[in-house]
Amino acid sequence: MPQLTPETPLIFETGQDGRANRYLPAGPALEELLPRAALREELPLPDNSELDVVRHFTRLSQKTFGIDTNFYPLGSCTMKYNPRINDAMANLPALRDLHPFTPDHAAQGALAVMWELERALAALFGMAAFSLNPAAGAHAELAALLIAKAYFRARGETERTVVIVPDTAHGTNPASAAMVGFTVLSLPSDASGRVDPAELKKVVGPTTAVCMMTNPNTLGLFEPRIHEVTDVVHEAGGLMYYDGANANALMGNTRPGDMGFDLMHLNLHKTFSIPHGGGGAGAGPVGVAAHLVDYLPTPIVRASDADGREVAASGWQESAELTFALDFERPQTIGPMRSFWSNFAHMVRALAYCYANGAEGLTRVSQLAVLNANYLRVHLREVIDIPYDEINRHEFVASAQSLKRETGVRALDIGKALLDHGYHAPTVYFPLIVPECLMIEPTETESKETLDGFIAAFREIVAQAKRDPQALFDAPVTTPVGRVDETRAARQPDLRWRPSTR
Amino acid sequence: MLGAVGVGSLDELVRVPDAVALREPLVLTPALSELEIAERFRRHADRTTAPGYTSFLGAGAYRHYVPPVVGALAMRGEFLTSYTPYQAEVSQGYLQAIYEWQTYIALLTALDVANASVYDGATALAEGAIMAVNATGRKAILVSAAIHPNYRAVLRTYAEGLELDVDELPYGADGRTDWTGLDDALASGKYAAVAVQSPNFFGAIDAFPAGVGAKISAAKSVPIAVVAEALSLAALAAPGSWGAEICVGEAQSFGNAVAFGGPHVGFIAATTAHLRRIPGRLVGKSVDAEGRTAYVLTLQAREQHIRRERATSNICTNQAHCALCATIYLAAMGKTGLRDCAALNVARTQELRAKTSALPGFAARFEGATFNEFVLRVPGRADEVLSALEARGILGGLDLGRFYPDLEDCILMTATELTTSADVDRLVTTLSEIPVRAAAHA
Repeated sequence: MPQLTPETPLIFETGQDGRANRYLPAGPALEELLPRAALREELPLPDNSELDVVRHFTRLSQKTFGIDTNFYPLGSCTMKYNPRINDAMANLPALRDLHPFTPDHAAQGALAVMWELERALAALFGMAAFSLNPAAGAHAELAALLIAKAYFRARGETERTVVIVPDTAHGTNPASAAMVGFTVLSLPSDASGRVDPAELKKVVGPTTAVCMMTNPNTLGLFEPRIHEVTDVVHEAGGLMYYDGANANALMGNTRPGDMGFDLMHLNLHKTFSIPHGGGGAGAGPVGVAAHLVDYLPTPIVRASDADGREVAASGWQESAELTFALDFERPQTIGPMRSFWSNFAHMVRALAYCYANGAEGLTRVSQLAVLNANYLRVHLREVIDIPYDEINRHEFVASAQSLKRETGVRALDIGKALLDHGYHAPTVYFPLIVPECLMIEPTETESKETLDGFIAAFREIVAQAKRDPQALFDAPVTTPVGRVDETRAARQPDLRWRPSTR
Repeated sequence: MLGAVGVGSLDELVRVPDAVALREPLVLTPALSELEIAERFRRHADRTTAPGYTSFLGAGAYRHYVPPVVGALAMRGEFLTSYTPYQAEVSQGYLQAIYEWQTYIALLTALDVANASVYDGATALAEGAIMAVNATGRKAILVSAAIHPNYRAVLRTYAEGLELDVDELPYGADGRTDWTGLDDALASGKYAAVAVQSPNFFGAIDAFPAGVGAKISAAKSVPIAVVAEALSLAALAAPGSWGAEICVGEAQSFGNAVAFGGPHVGFIAATTAHLRRIPGRLVGKSVDAEGRTAYVLTLQAREQHIRRERATSNICTNQAHCALCATIYLAAMGKTGLRDCAALNVARTQELRAKTSALPGFAARFEGATFNEFVLRVPGRADEVLSALEARGILGGLDLGRFYPDLEDCILMTATELTTSADVDRLVTTLSEIPVRAAAHA
């Protein structure tokens, strides 16, 4: 097969008049329907034949790495295989074409999906309830901090405005805190990469609102003293927030609720096998302990039994005999976070994933994710520094610091060289506390053979760094384009095509 | 593999301190085979009766014809299973598709730039408001009461966090924004932005009247346009042409299913002056070392992973795949298909409006041109009329009393290219048969 041409003309450059596809009957002239002043003068868009559209987007797809084409060990993003049954279920016409304003009793099956998933998440993570409303993880963080703000206001504790964020936290944590008017206090981790409860105790107090953590943290390390951490914050009157980005590490083993967290979110597109789609759509349910349920974003799905009695939310339950309703009338709610109720198609996918695995399967998912990550670590430590070289969870962090000193080759260069070997790069330069950081998360769905291939490629790259570092500075060379001039992109922003002026 | 790691068992590998270990076994659904999963979802689907109904629901989520080519291309695994294109060299295809999406939105709105998407129309409005707050340093937003009620509700949720005031301009007797109070509002100097939706929640074309956009800009406030039905952009005067500096909206209509509310896809377009305050991802065109055209995520200094608490927004994941579906849809439909589609929507809605409002006791609540929905006043309570229709297999539209107490005898009705004359006739016949008169006297 010949090498793909690096450049594909823009869809705006290929169209020609007369190539319109006949998807719809010809419409009447707009001028006959609406006042001319209300209409636009021209619609400067191309008409492309369907074949040209198919070739265009097929070629674009061929210039894109996905999990389906390549191992994708992007740390903190949980790039696991996305089972196709999930998409098939989301595409059932009765669910896909259901309008959000459909009356409850004509939408019972869809509400059952939401309710069952909510029950499964509550059981898995030890929360009293979830709202499926937020559209993504960062969106759920925002919801959780709004819940905290409303909670403290209701208690008359409006001086609680400080959010404590460990220096290993995801960048969305401080950005979300700023969006609710909270100030951020960054907490250094100790020599072992963990939060030290004694250090935390020195900074908590009457202004502490929330401490945001993930466990395992972004170094991939479990915080063994997490219950002491949550005690410190609770004794100071604050709330503990669990960032669920790393939830793939602990299912069936330990639960944020049991660790003492009051609030949490999940990235269903990570742990629950929803396709990442090139950067979304995601889904970010927000979960809370019992004392915060009233503040959840609306709507909430309520269930009642055959006699009309409300079914108390406790544990997993099948939905067949129950009747459901969307509840918008919740006096203490922070309100809705987005236009409609949830990223429903993703709730279908996540529930299909729960059905496929059950409790034992999900437990096994996390165990194997941890095993794969440790297997990579013990092999890669022979060629690159592992700053925290101990049993990690679903991901771990390597550092190219000493390799850089020796050869000039940086984490970035290793990532680019991996592309030439057919592997997506790990997350680089995050977390910020490890210099020349490579954050590697293989997930449970990769085979030993794939991991061994990655280890071999990594070894080869490090050997090449010592032999011929320039080759790595030039990588990648087998991809449709080489390294992109990012400075030019930022200095002279070209963010769209413009029609040529005739 | 356990041996290589140096542990004896998986349980040993994942052991946690007793204080946080699971106390009792997890109880969930039993694990099912694919066949059983499909059966389980078929049961859920069978409990969802609405798809068999004739529907006139819209109100921010629209059923449109989607050519099969959209799904066939968008569901390619390379697109579906990739993530945010941080590694540009192996993401050129997706990056170019996003650049094309940004171009489509800029061309449709007649504004300079557009971002790579946000969650949906409501959050786009909230993020647009934040852009205006950051641009002006002011802490209040003025919105038309004819903006989608859910969008205004979400704006209020965000406003609680940011401690912003949200005030409203009423709608007038014609179902359009009443601008009478605008001059006083602008003179107060407190508003960061003035937002209007067109077509508005009642379907009415509600662009800034001549001079209003410029007046808002002159008062150092930001004129924001909201578009909840993106298909209207193919037909109606573009927001950039009537004075909007920022246009936010919902593009679900472009090739994305209604899907009981999501995922849908929001957009933000703006004039160049607002470029560095736009939230979320932006794709730029550049070159590689050999001078070949290359696309890349750019202007990331605005974003959360660089600026943390000083970022313009906390957005990380957006709606890339929905935006991709929209881009393929726009490419396949082309200007001809989009204009035909828009015209069919207007024509079918005019037919629906003419036939329903001719029934005795029924009337269009507002005069004037609408796009693909309108407000029907019924003799009695809207919720009772809708229940009667539903019992006869028709979802007649949205009860406006749910959001506007003064409109409890009004239904928001929508027709698209999927609505047939037979659907309209069936609705009209059914409306003429149901006992609404009793409700009117109740």
